[in-house]
Amino acid sequence: METKIAIAIDDLTVAYNYKPVLWDIDLQIPEGILMAIVGPNGAGKSTLLKSILGIIKPLAGSVSVYGKPYKKQRHLVAYVPQKGSVDWDFPTTALDVVTMGTYGSLGWIKRPGKTQKKQALEALEKVGMLTFQNRQISQLSGGQQQRIFLARALVQNAAIYFMDEPFQGVDATTEKAIIQILKELRKAGKTVIVVHHDLQTVPEYFDWVTFLNVKKIATGPVAQIFNDDNLTKTYGINYKTSITEGKL
Amino acid sequence: MIQEYLELLLVDYTLQVITLGTAVLGAVCGMLGSFAVLRKQSLLGDAISHASLPGIAIAFLVLGVKDNNGLLLGALASGLLSAIFIKGIITKTHLKSDTALGVVLSTFFGFGMLLLTYIQKLPNANQSGLEKYLFGQAATLLASDVWLMTTISGISLLVVLLFWKEFKMVLFDADYTKTLGFNVKFIDTLITSFIVISIVMGLQTVGVVLMSAMLLAPAAAARQWTNSLAKMVMLAGLFGAISGVIGTGISASANNLSTGPVIVLIATLFVMFSFVFSPIRGLLFKQIKLWKNRNDLKLMKTLLFMYNLVKDHENVAHPHKIQILNNFQGYTRKSLNRLQAENLILLEKGNWSLTEKGFKTAKNLYTQEL
Repeated sequence: METKIAIAIDDLTVAYNYKPVLWDIDLQIPEGILMAIVGPNGAGKSTLLKSILGIIKPLAGSVSVYGKPYKKQRHLVAYVPQKGSVDWDFPTTALDVVTMGTYGSLGWIKRPGKTQKKQALEALEKVGMLTFQNRQISQLSGGQQQRIFLARALVQNAAIYFMDEPFQGVDATTEKAIIQILKELRKAGKTVIVVHHDLQTVPEYFDWVTFLNVKKIATGPVAQIFNDDNLTKTYGINYKTSITEGKL
Repeated sequence: MIQEYLELLLVDYTLQVITLGTAVLGAVCGMLGSFAVLRKQSLLGDAISHASLPGIAIAFLVLGVKDNNGLLLGALASGLLSAIFIKGIITKTHLKSDTALGVVLSTFFGFGMLLLTYIQKLPNANQSGLEKYLFGQAATLLASDVWLMTTISGISLLVVLLFWKEFKMVLFDADYTKTLGFNVKFIDTLITSFIVISIVMGLQTVGVVLMSAMLLAPAAAARQWTNSLAKMVMLAGLFGAISGVIGTGISASANNLSTGPVIVLIATLFVMFSFVFSPIRGLLFKQIKLWKNRNDLKLMKTLLFMYNLVKDHENVAHPHKIQILNNFQGYTRKSLNRLQAENLILLEKGNWSLTEKGFKTAKNLYTQEL
């Protein structure tokens, strides 16, 4: 059976002030996988997500979603930004933030109503945050804030999910809860792409991996390409012994 | 003095006009200022208002007469130009936003002051009176000015209501808003434009130098009282309006006090009061909470000590002499009384004993099952 390609990235190049951050990235992401993007700091992982999503304008290259340009397919894509990218002291509640996930389908000017509130509450329940719905967002823990962001993306009911380091600064319980939700998404046929830092958990959590360091080093099923050779190429250190001995 | 002002307000048409004007100005500035504060662009207003000075001067030179609306149009053009410069400097260079703001503010304001001194040397300088735009002069407000202000404020309110959802989302998370397909640049420009318009509207009353305080002070005060954006915007509008009315009242009652600075000072009083006394974020409340927590902790420490003394006894409710606490643990008669008041211990004839509730509470402190 041939799998569909959810995202196709073609010749993507991004530079900040003439310094290349992403160089000539070609990437085909098949539908229905749970993929980690790994690479050292400054490898351009977040930038890759942001340029796929049109937040950053690339110098060159194109992104298509299910065969059509991304701009026409936005409704199929949901984004979970890094938790630290917003000011959590903003005067609003958990429910309100999650409701923002419905704004895309509402379009301009129209206000969220009962349907939207119901959707938001369902998403809050999925991430185990229903009892915190009226909590001011600054009074949530780091893990809870991450769950709120995840719920906001779930509300969009998208086909493809991009997540920027969803496990950063969250406790073990939240990490387990999040990975559980990601696996459920995959089971439902969705495609999930996660910028990830903890190499140790890659084989446990993901079935597909992309090694990135300004250029794309490798991409493919974890079982086939998550090896010392690619790790060394990406991180520039000899990983031969460290990974087998569990020192990473 | 207040009574005198109120009596005057009932009969004096000019005072009515000015009061209405400053109230409307305060309300709209407070409302839009909330957005500026939450966007972390508090200083943008300051830069724009200072930068409007050369626009006023150039408009005067071009028109040759002191036509208020013409001058304000000049201010608007110059203010918008400065906003574009600031945005441009931030995106096109490595400079940080505070530097960009500082550079634009001082360049435009310096140029404006230069033009002002040049104008003063002109033959018709006496009648120009452009200096009043530095600190404002509410007394020059005409009924037509106030109608214009009210109309513009009405439009601002309408825009805020219409794009409420979009504004809120952009303020909280602009990148995410983009991924939902909204034109963030448009929303951003809309917010900035209305901030610039409200600044220009206030120049005649409050002046170039102090105008930014009208935007920031009510918003900063309002933020202290609520955790809801809608309530914050409404409160900021209310604080702004009240500052306007009180400020006008004081300056009308006391001879020769400039209205603008008085309004700004009243708004600042709101800020100071809010910083100290707000129940959510106020310094006073925080301090009281800290004291209370510390006292509660001390009580629990004493209770835990008692628990450790009795936990191995067969009868945990067995009374012990109060003196034995003395040797090991700091306690006061007051703290023992408080423990008794909360039904955690029982005091009897110089003896203390743990109640069932006290025993359980102490035990749960260890297991965190409070």
